[in-house]
Amino acid sequence: MSETFDFTLDGATVTAQSGETIMQAADRAGIYIPRLCAHKELHPFGACRICTVLVNGRPQSSCTQPAAPGIVVENDTEALRNVRKSLVEMLFVEGNHYCMFCEKSGLCELQALGYRFGLLAPRYPYQFPKREMDASHPDIFVDRNRCVQCARCVRASRELDHKTVFEFSGRGAHKAIAVNADARLADTDVNGTDRAIDVCPVGCLLRKRYGFRTPIGQRKYDHQPIGSDIEAGHPPAAVNG
Amino acid sequence: MSAQGAAHIKAICKAAGNDPARLMDIAIAVQKQLGAVSDTAIDLIATHLKIPRVDVDSLVTFYAFFSKTPKGRVIIRLCNDVVDQMNGAAEVAAALETELGIRFGETSPDGAISLEYAPCIGLSDQAPAALINDVPVTHLDSGKARHLAQLLKREGTQARLVKTFGDGNNAHDLIRSMVVNNIRETGPVILAPYTSGSGLKKALALSPAEVIRDIKTSRLRGRGGAGFPTGMKWDFTRQAGGDQRFIICNADEGEPGTFKDRVLMTECPDLIFEGMTIAGYAVGAAEGIFYLRAEYAYLEKFLTAILTQRRKAGQLGQTICGKAGFHFDIRLQMGAGAYVCGEETALISSCEGRRGDPKNRPPFPAQKGYKGCPTSVNNAETLCCVARILECGPGWFAAMGTKGSAGTKLLSISGDCARPGVYEVPFGVKVSDLLKKVGADHTAAIQVGGPSGRMIGPKEFNRIICYDDLSTGGSFILFNKGRNVVDIARQFMDFFVEESCGYCTPCRVGNVLLRNKLVEILAGHGALEDLAYLEELGRTTKLASRCGLGQTSPNPVLSTLENFRPAYEALFKKSRGHEPVLANFDLQAALSQGSILAGRASSIFTPVNGSQP
Ligand SMILES: Cc1cc2nc3c(=O)[nH]c(=O)nc-3n(C[C@H](O)[C@H](O)[C@H](O)COP(=O)(O)O)c2cc1C
Ligand code: SF4
Repeated sequence: MSETFDFTLDGATVTAQSGETIMQAADRAGIYIPRLCAHKELHPFGACRICTVLVNGRPQSSCTQPAAPGIVVENDTEALRNVRKSLVEMLFVEGNHYCMFCEKSGLCELQALGYRFGLLAPRYPYQFPKREMDASHPDIFVDRNRCVQCARCVRASRELDHKTVFEFSGRGAHKAIAVNADARLADTDVNGTDRAIDVCPVGCLLRKRYGFRTPIGQRKYDHQPIGSDIEAGHPPAAVNG
Repeated sequence: MSAQGAAHIKAICKAAGNDPARLMDIAIAVQKQLGAVSDTAIDLIATHLKIPRVDVDSLVTFYAFFSKTPKGRVIIRLCNDVVDQMNGAAEVAAALETELGIRFGETSPDGAISLEYAPCIGLSDQAPAALINDVPVTHLDSGKARHLAQLLKREGTQARLVKTFGDGNNAHDLIRSMVVNNIRETGPVILAPYTSGSGLKKALALSPAEVIRDIKTSRLRGRGGAGFPTGMKWDFTRQAGGDQRFIICNADEGEPGTFKDRVLMTECPDLIFEGMTIAGYAVGAAEGIFYLRAEYAYLEKFLTAILTQRRKAGQLGQTICGKAGFHFDIRLQMGAGAYVCGEETALISSCEGRRGDPKNRPPFPAQKGYKGCPTSVNNAETLCCVARILECGPGWFAAMGTKGSAGTKLLSISGDCARPGVYEVPFGVKVSDLLKKVGADHTAAIQVGGPSGRMIGPKEFNRIICYDDLSTGGSFILFNKGRNVVDIARQFMDFFVEESCGYCTPCRVGNVLLRNKLVEILAGHGALEDLAYLEELGRTTKLASRCGLGQTSPNPVLSTLENFRPAYEALFKKSRGHEPVLANFDLQAALSQGSILAGRASSIFTPVNGSQP
């Protein structure tokens, strides 16, 4: 039996178990903290910063920050909603996201966050970067235009598939997902059934021949905003539907 | 790759024990030996170390000094830092390009010479400066640049470049550099005479807990920028469990306009190493790592020799100074061109043979640092203070400076002034007094603490230098009236865009957006509402970024907006009140393509007979 303690989240008392992060405790309490790179089955990474909360007034990513007795956490405030929306906008303008014909539309967590925050058009100018695609693999398609650098594939390949198919190369604005081969995904030991492919929150890693099996309009986030399962008290095992 | 190249790589890996944690050293050696760490080289290294090739690729593509494609046998890295620009780096660049017949970013067709820019190489006090492979050349102008290019073309090597040496140890047989120290003011603590071993002997007469107590009593705080109390950091490191602990000396000194550690390493290496040894004793570490930035590689041989000398003198190694049970040694870790590696957790990643991504905190390095063990990362200057505190006593140290800021501080002064260089001053000095000291009579703006610090104007010149008022890692870049502060902010943002590790969204994207907006404004395409855009974007980037880089990188923009707003406003055209579009919008330019296609001018928007619609 692990130890429990209380802290305050937007004025409500939340009970956490020792070792839990703020996000984990909030999830169990049915309070949604928006997130993108965090994934239930993977070690926290802290890259997207969308889950930023104020802990005793200091910004912290709630996916990595341990809950502690008596801390005062601010989550759903006007200011933080604006910061999060702004981060989602940065991700939209940084890549090339063509939602209208993207196979992930309706299942995409970036798009769903955009909807949840009421994003109509980003306040920042589109950067229109030139990004690499890779269709070499018989079962998997890589489109870096839609990558949000969440490292879910990097982590899942190591933590769940026990391989090292993906890692980042380059730094700063030149950082991109690289594969464990000279250039082509087909030359790695990745498999169409690897979890690394499922966990992609956007349309960067796609399975071939699955496109549009669930028609647009009948997909997870076509029906309910992202986070509503947590708010309904049912944190999902895996986020992708 | 040739069989010979493959053999080199095999030997290099073997010499490093085929240890993945030594991947930095391996990549540095391969780059040096073969002029590139090519894809084939990456494959071979991965095979020898038995690690995924993508892990090697990830490291190689992170650091600026590695290149997958072959570079010239001589690489000229011209510093294009703000101070270098102010001192004519553009003319130097033009002269180099003309004389070598290649542009920046290119390599000569015969593979002899590559021309590149580098961010601050720690020589702002003798700008413009460049590195020719490892060799610094200073005080360049277009004439010297032409001469330099001719010599390199003729000889194909930097070996006989330097004819006269700088002062002090710059002339030492193992350095032989034209760099000068520019020590303008010595002080009682750091730039003072020191007998090697004196602080260490006193420390070893105490228990480790007593040493930590003395450092606490001295009220020493970190000199690397963050100002964390050193005694407390050591205490945490000592208290953390496990049987292995580490001391790391941060000599990455990447903050543009900072060069005091360069002088410390040249003139007081014993003091630094002694501070490290005392730190090792205090926290219970057996190993220390000295992380040296690649730009200071010209000091590597010298520092290595000092370490050897200290081993011979019994000041490093087993049973140090006869103290039973105290074993401690120091290894040198070279960097490879990444400002972010000055951030302590990124520095640890780099020491572990990985890309220089900062780590998530908690755990803090004092709990889980290098190889997962408790680690204390200290700045080189902090460690110099440590040795002196043990020698002369905590009370002696605490009596200097101000109430909250004990001791003295090394300042790196550069920019518009008569006497740039290093000054050791007690905490509590007023900025205006400092300006007099350095011979700066027409200062309009000062960048305090480097790009990550703030730009202040005359109304803050009465502030005092200490942790509680104007806190700084020690860099002061001075600007006279007439310097374009908006363009300076833009140059600093260029630096952060280059140096962001790219791990987190706000820093990776936010800095690019900030920089791009400044470029737009400087080109005359800004509008008044852009100022609010910059402020909000800057605040968001600071608030949401994961490490100190992104948490401070918008400062050049935010502090110039705060203190030099008129400089921005002057870049906006005045609206005449009744125009259909924003004053800065160039309507005719926007219409020009359409006019060409239509074969006629706009009948609505193009003025006829000079009349505006
Ligand atoms: C982007 C960045 C760069 C840094 N660069 C340096 C550096 O070059 N040297 C340094 O001592 N500290 C640097 N720091 C601060 C270190 O993280 C750390 O606080 C310091 O080395 C601790 O030593 P101290 O307590 O002796 O100051 C940097 C921090 C950041 C965020
Ligand atoms: S703020 Fe984020 S992207 Fe920037 S250097 Fe730190 S971790 Fe990397």
